[in-house]
Amino acid sequence: MNKELTREERTDALGGMGCKRKRVEDARFTQGKGNYVDDIQLPGMLQGDFVRSPYAHARVKSIDSSAAMALDGVIAVLTAEDLAPLGLHWMPTLAGDKQMVLADGKVLFQGQEVAFVVAKDRYIAADAVELVEVDYEELPVLTDPFAAMESDVVLREDLLGDGGSLPDGAHGPRKHPNHIFTWEVGEKDATEQVLDEADVVAEETVYYHRTHPCPLETCGCVASMDKVNGKLTLHGTFQAPHAIRTVVSLISGIEEHNIRVISPDIGGGFGNKVGAYPGYVCSVVASIVTGVPVKWVEDRMENLMTTAFARDYHMTGKISATKEGKITGLHCHVTADHGGFDACADPTKFPAGFMNICTGSYDIPTAYLAVDGVYTNKAPGGVSYRCSFRVTEAAYFIERMVEVLAIELSMDAAELRRINFIKKEQFPYQSALGWEYDSGDYHTAWDKALKAVDYDGLRAEQAQRVEEFKAGKTRKLMGVGLTHFTEIVGAGPVKNCDILGLGMFDSCEIRIHPTGSAIARLGTISQGQGHATTFAQILATEIGLPADSITIEEGDTDTAPYGLGTYGSRSTPVAGAATAMAGRKIRAKAQMIAAYLLEVHDDDVEFDVDRFVIKGAPEKFKTMKEIAFAAYNQAIPGIEPGLEAVSYYDPPNMTYPFGAYVCVMDIDVDTGVTDIRRFYALDDCGTRINPMIIEGQVHGGLTEALAVALGQEIAYDDMGNVKTGTLMDFFLPTAWEVPNYETDHTVTPSPHHPIGAKGVGESPHVGGVPCFSNAVNDAFRAFGLRHTNMPHDHWRIWKTANDLGLHG
Amino acid sequence: MIPAAFEYYRPKDMAGVLSVLEEHGDDARVVAGGHSLIPMMKLRMAEVPHLIDLQDVAGLTGISIDAGRIRIGAMTTQHEIINHAGLTDAAPIMREASLQIADPQVRYMGTVGGNVANGDPGNDMPGLMQCLDATFILVGPDGERSVAARDFYEAAYMTDRADDEVLTAVEFAAPNAGYAYEKQKRKIGDYATAAAAVLITKEGGACASASIAMTNLSDTPVYSADAGAALVGSSLDDASMKAAVDAMLGDIDPTEDNRGPVEFKRHAASVILRRAIENAWDRA
Ligand SMILES: Cc1cc2nc3c(=O)[nH]c(=O)nc-3n(C[C@H](O)[C@H](O)[C@H](O)COP(=O)(O)OP(=O)(O)OC[C@H]3O[C@@H](n4cnc5c(N)ncnc54)[C@H](O)[C@@H]3O)c2cc1C
Repeated sequence: MNKELTREERTDALGGMGCKRKRVEDARFTQGKGNYVDDIQLPGMLQGDFVRSPYAHARVKSIDSSAAMALDGVIAVLTAEDLAPLGLHWMPTLAGDKQMVLADGKVLFQGQEVAFVVAKDRYIAADAVELVEVDYEELPVLTDPFAAMESDVVLREDLLGDGGSLPDGAHGPRKHPNHIFTWEVGEKDATEQVLDEADVVAEETVYYHRTHPCPLETCGCVASMDKVNGKLTLHGTFQAPHAIRTVVSLISGIEEHNIRVISPDIGGGFGNKVGAYPGYVCSVVASIVTGVPVKWVEDRMENLMTTAFARDYHMTGKISATKEGKITGLHCHVTADHGGFDACADPTKFPAGFMNICTGSYDIPTAYLAVDGVYTNKAPGGVSYRCSFRVTEAAYFIERMVEVLAIELSMDAAELRRINFIKKEQFPYQSALGWEYDSGDYHTAWDKALKAVDYDGLRAEQAQRVEEFKAGKTRKLMGVGLTHFTEIVGAGPVKNCDILGLGMFDSCEIRIHPTGSAIARLGTISQGQGHATTFAQILATEIGLPADSITIEEGDTDTAPYGLGTYGSRSTPVAGAATAMAGRKIRAKAQMIAAYLLEVHDDDVEFDVDRFVIKGAPEKFKTMKEIAFAAYNQAIPGIEPGLEAVSYYDPPNMTYPFGAYVCVMDIDVDTGVTDIRRFYALDDCGTRINPMIIEGQVHGGLTEALAVALGQEIAYDDMGNVKTGTLMDFFLPTAWEVPNYETDHTVTPSPHHPIGAKGVGESPHVGGVPCFSNAVNDAFRAFGLRHTNMPHDHWRIWKTANDLGLHG
Repeated sequence: MIPAAFEYYRPKDMAGVLSVLEEHGDDARVVAGGHSLIPMMKLRMAEVPHLIDLQDVAGLTGISIDAGRIRIGAMTTQHEIINHAGLTDAAPIMREASLQIADPQVRYMGTVGGNVANGDPGNDMPGLMQCLDATFILVGPDGERSVAARDFYEAAYMTDRADDEVLTAVEFAAPNAGYAYEKQKRKIGDYATAAAAVLITKEGGACASASIAMTNLSDTPVYSADAGAALVGSSLDDASMKAAVDAMLGDIDPTEDNRGPVEFKRHAASVILRRAIENAWDRA
């Protein structure tokens, strides 16, 4: 018998919560052994490719595919006419709208899918795409949502009622044929009154430009219809495989048990892979028609130009305060550019996502938010790029408004935040726009952050720099970017969160094997977040078996329990909770087995790291390994054999991670070049499951924040042409552009989550974007700047400096 | 991102290359490192039914330095230029400029011949070659000829090279001068927002000669003789610096793109040129 290990050694041996366990996924990813959609090769597989519209708005007068069909190796060219008899030429969107699968008489954005070519290989398919002749008649293009709301050009004739009337949309009345919805939250009259009576009101219009999640792996699928057994297998880049199965069943009429959806390894999602795309529908139809598997994988340009963009919010804010700086009210109006179809991926009742978290970290007694969604001739989407539904927009808005208010009040922006933070003792806190913040300790985090960067020292240095600049001794300015963000993640409670009617719970099913190892399956799907590592850690702590003995499996709807997938930082808050709860069911049964084996009453044993011990006699115990074996080889009276559990977790509330970030930036006023000298990020995500994975998530999220703030955009010209369709112009930072990040944390566990965890994958993006942007804006504060829009690329910074007269 | 079908040739000597070029005329093109041409083919912006790979053709690589004359074979990569100690001694501006081209992966493949023959105003080597007053050696059906880099570029993607000619080498005198290659770009791997190549010699505290060329600020590289002339004889006082910058601004003709509007590019060009001149002057 080995030397008896101490309690601490036994805990360490589990590799459970709180330890820096190495990512188990990395061995295969770093050796090129991942299995992505494009790696899948099935016998006889054909390849699909799209004919896409070169125009942003045009009528499709005719499509001639005879030359393409004549090409050797071309099997089919599908058009809307072919899909119409199946009712599949349009498909429902997640936002209650519908979207053309293939152009049904017109196109609404550049790159829209017009015809689907199916060929023996992708080279033939690409040649055939060139041979399909489409006759277009160009129509006037609307790229500006404000102009769209005034225009007589109707983008969506399909939504007009009899005699050109305007029936309600999915979210209520529409004001104009190009208007989608108005969503209002909070008290309009009361807010206006507060603003009218306030000592100070700061107003600003903040445009959060259109960008794109741009995962390294583009979207794609392989549809395989087995005509013999009637079963459809769909491999794809799906962030929500079960939801996709249900949607495919609903729109195709194939019974759900005959559909198997598999998300293999996914090379990043960031929201881009939540929705359903025409490529999926066309591949399924093509496989049904041909009886062989059909693959469709986007190229980079197709990904950037056509599958789900993010942001594009024109936000007008008014924020009021007393002359001492106590905020009294907030008014926000958003004009949201949704493109040609409303394909936002939001919970059904939230057409602007959780934009109503825009009161941020502050105790704002009265507030009002209205969002108008508008159609334009741009690609559809509006997904949550590395954030919970529209939370980056909300955080950017409030963190800019607070800075503008600080200018209006001639106050230090850090101090203004401090006097307005929701206080620790106010949690759970009821926000004016309807959320119940579960927990937080903002002052502690803020003070820690400011101390870490020597905030007063930075301000002194900055003031000196301004003097030197004015004296002509330097051409560089210094900006100090501050942000305190509060996220709302973990959607969500079924009572108010659903997608297409599917409640946003999540699930975990555990099977313990006789020898004391286990498999757990979840309704989520990792796209790089490291679920196989962290969920095993949760379980190791909950059930006392080593994390290394626990396999985590996700993404196969034939084996995994139903769940709503991974986005909006919901995996740990929802599926992580389900995992802990399922683990507790295992433990409860194990307790009965242990008591039986130890010949005592159930209540006389207690769990101790990796075993059950007799209370008061810890030398008498049964390890979980022993208990697992007993579950399969002993006939225990009153207890079923086996050791399995499943849990479906409906969270009682969202979780509210928060953080305090500081960015120090030097700006060359003449060239507009920025240099990030320092970036400090303090995150509070509640209980920390794996500090190393948290750090990796923070680095990744900050890097995507840097991208968005400093240059990444999807830009259109007036004709609706995408100007940023390749990675030469669409900014994806490399190691070269990325600064050193300093990470830090506080821990304020979620009171309602079984293990107190809140989710962290998106926090750094939500907090990072305003922090970088505030640094740029702050650098020019001494010269009279109130606000300048992102992206802060060289020429725009140069223009800001130029407009302020800094070029002499 | 799938190119149209093409025939691939991999001759071992120049005669083999020339015969394919002769047979197929402008349906044939040579490929060197492929890092400009292949993306264009994948975007179907260039259709090349007959693609002739130069990598097995003997005699196209290598750097030789002989009595102050430098010769760089067309197939020499940017990576090789960066790591050639002799070249860095004789013409350090080559290394300084090459390090600002693309990223290491591209530089392993991209060649000097491809960079100068391409005719893309975004390429950095053409401007550099103007500054160095280099000579390009071409070979065609009628044998070899040479052309001055400053006479080579006609318009974007249009050069003095005939369709049936191959560029075999670039040659220039080792510049015994203060040098600088300054480039503003949005990110690693980007073409220039504005870039300046400057060589300056000094005699008794005054500028004896100056050569100035600009990249990506017109549809061809810009050699600004007037900008250089404005500096000669001065000790780089404000007035001559301003005169040089103004002369350069008279020679460039930038267009708006995602890097910014014309006004910004002109401003960036002047800032970058000033910095390059100051830097070269300090090194002279
Ligand atoms: C991401 C990326 C970033 C880049 N950034 C930069 C940059 O910042 N600055 C820069 O200067 N370049 C940049 N490049 C271009 C890179 O340096 C190219 O490789 C180079 O310009 C062309 O060299 P090549 O050998 O690849 O030419 P190829 O692509 O093989 O050929 C280019 C053209 O030149 C012709 N050609 C090639 N060799 C010869 C020859 N010997 N005789 C006649 N014609 C010939 C070809 O037919 C073709 O038309 C970048 C490329 C990429 C992919």
